Amino acid sequence: MTRKQRRLTLIGGSLAVLGVAAALVLFALKDSIVFFNSPTDVVEKQLAPGTRIRIGGLVEPGSLKKGDNLQVSFKVTDGAHEVSVRYQGIVPDLFREGQGVVAEGKLEAGGLLAADTVLAKHDERYMPREVVDALKKSGRWQEGEMNADAHVVGKKP
Amino acid sequence: MAIIDLANPTRFLALTNRVLPWLAALTVIVFAYALYRVAYAPDDYQQGATVKIMFLHVPAAWLAMMGWGLMTVAAFGTLVWRHPLADVTAKAAAPIGAAFTFICLVTGSLWGRPMWGTYWVWDARLTSVLVLFLLYLGMLALYWTADDPNRSARAAAILALVGAINIPIIKFSVDWWNTLHQPASVLRMGGSAIDASILVPLLVMALAFTLLFLLLLLLAMRNEILRRRVRSMRMMQAASI
Repeated sequence: MTRKQRRLTLIGGSLAVLGVAAALVLFALKDSIVFFNSPTDVVEKQLAPGTRIRIGGLVEPGSLKKGDNLQVSFKVTDGAHEVSVRYQGIVPDLFREGQGVVAEGKLEAGGLLAADTVLAKHDERYMPREVVDALKKSGRWQEGEMNADAHVVGKKP
Repeated sequence: MAIIDLANPTRFLALTNRVLPWLAALTVIVFAYALYRVAYAPDDYQQGATVKIMFLHVPAAWLAMMGWGLMTVAAFGTLVWRHPLADVTAKAAAPIGAAFTFICLVTGSLWGRPMWGTYWVWDARLTSVLVLFLLYLGMLALYWTADDPNRSARAAAILALVGAINIPIIKFSVDWWNTLHQPASVLRMGGSAIDASILVPLLVMALAFTLLFLLLLLLAMRNEILRRRVRSMRMMQAASI
C-alpha cells in the first residue's frame, strides 16, 4: 500500500466510525428529535394531565368550531385516533379542515389539549390553481394528505 | 491539456482569467432569464404569491449543501494528495457557502411566518441547517485565526469531513423524523411534486444560483492564490534582508 492509499483508508475508516457514532446517537435520541407526536402516540402513552406536548395530524373535517374572542376548537386526527384541541388566538392562513396542523399545549383531563400554539403544516406539492381544478375535474386529485403523505399525519416510516 | 495540469496554480490562474468574463456574462444572462421566469410563474393553489419565496429559498439551500460537499471533496485533496489547490478551493468556498446558508435560513424564516405561523421552530430540518451555518462559521473562524496556510489546511479539512456527516442528516431529516418542514418536493421517490409551471422556473433559478456560486468561487480562488503568492514573496524578502 502506498502512503496515499494508507491515508485514504485511514480517513475512510475514521469517517465510517464517525458516521456510525452519529447514527447511533440520532437513533437513541429519536423520540426527542421528532417535532410532534401523533394522536395515536398520545392515546398509547397514556400521558398524565398537565403534560406539555405537541400533537400533529390533520384537522378532522367537520370538527372545526369557531367561537367568540378567536376561540377555536377542532380535532386532530391521524386516521386511527383523534385528540380534541382548544385554542384561543389567530390561526395561520393555511389552517383549515383537512389541512396538516401541529398544536402545542397542555393536556387536560379527558384528553383535551389546551393549545397555546397552533402551526399549519403543508405538504410538498406546489401547483397552480388551474392544475388542481383540472385534476379534481378528472378525478385524479387526492384530497387531504391523509394517504398521500404519511409524515403529515405523524406516522413513522 | 490534461485535467491534471489544471492542478498547477499558474495554469489554473491562466485558465481562470480566460474563463471569468464568459462565466460572468453567462451568469448575468441566466439570472435575468430566471428572474423573468420566476416573475411569471403562477401562484400556488394553497400559498398564493408567497410561494415565490421558494425561488430564493430552495436554490440557496441546495447551494449551501453543495458548498459543504465541495469542501468535503477538497478535504480529500488536502489530506490524501496534499494538494495546495484543494485547500484554496475549500477556503474560497467557505464564506460563499456560509452566505447561501444564511440566505436559506432568513428566507425560510420569512416564509414560515405567513405559512406555518412561526418564524422558527426547533424541528430536525431547521435545526440541522442551523448546525450547518454554525459549522460554516467555525470554518471561517479557523481560517481567520490561522496565519500559516499549511497548518490551517489540515485542520480545516478534518472539520470539513466531520461536518460532512451533517449533509445527509439535512437531506433526510424530513424523512427520518416528523418535522414541521414538509418533505422533499423535487428529489423524491416518484418524481417531483411540483407542477412543471413552477418547477421549471425553480430549476432555471437553481442554475443561475449555481453559476453565481461558481463565479464567486473562481474569483475567490484567484484572490486566494495571489494572496498566498504575496505572502511567500514577503517572507522571501524578509528572509533576504
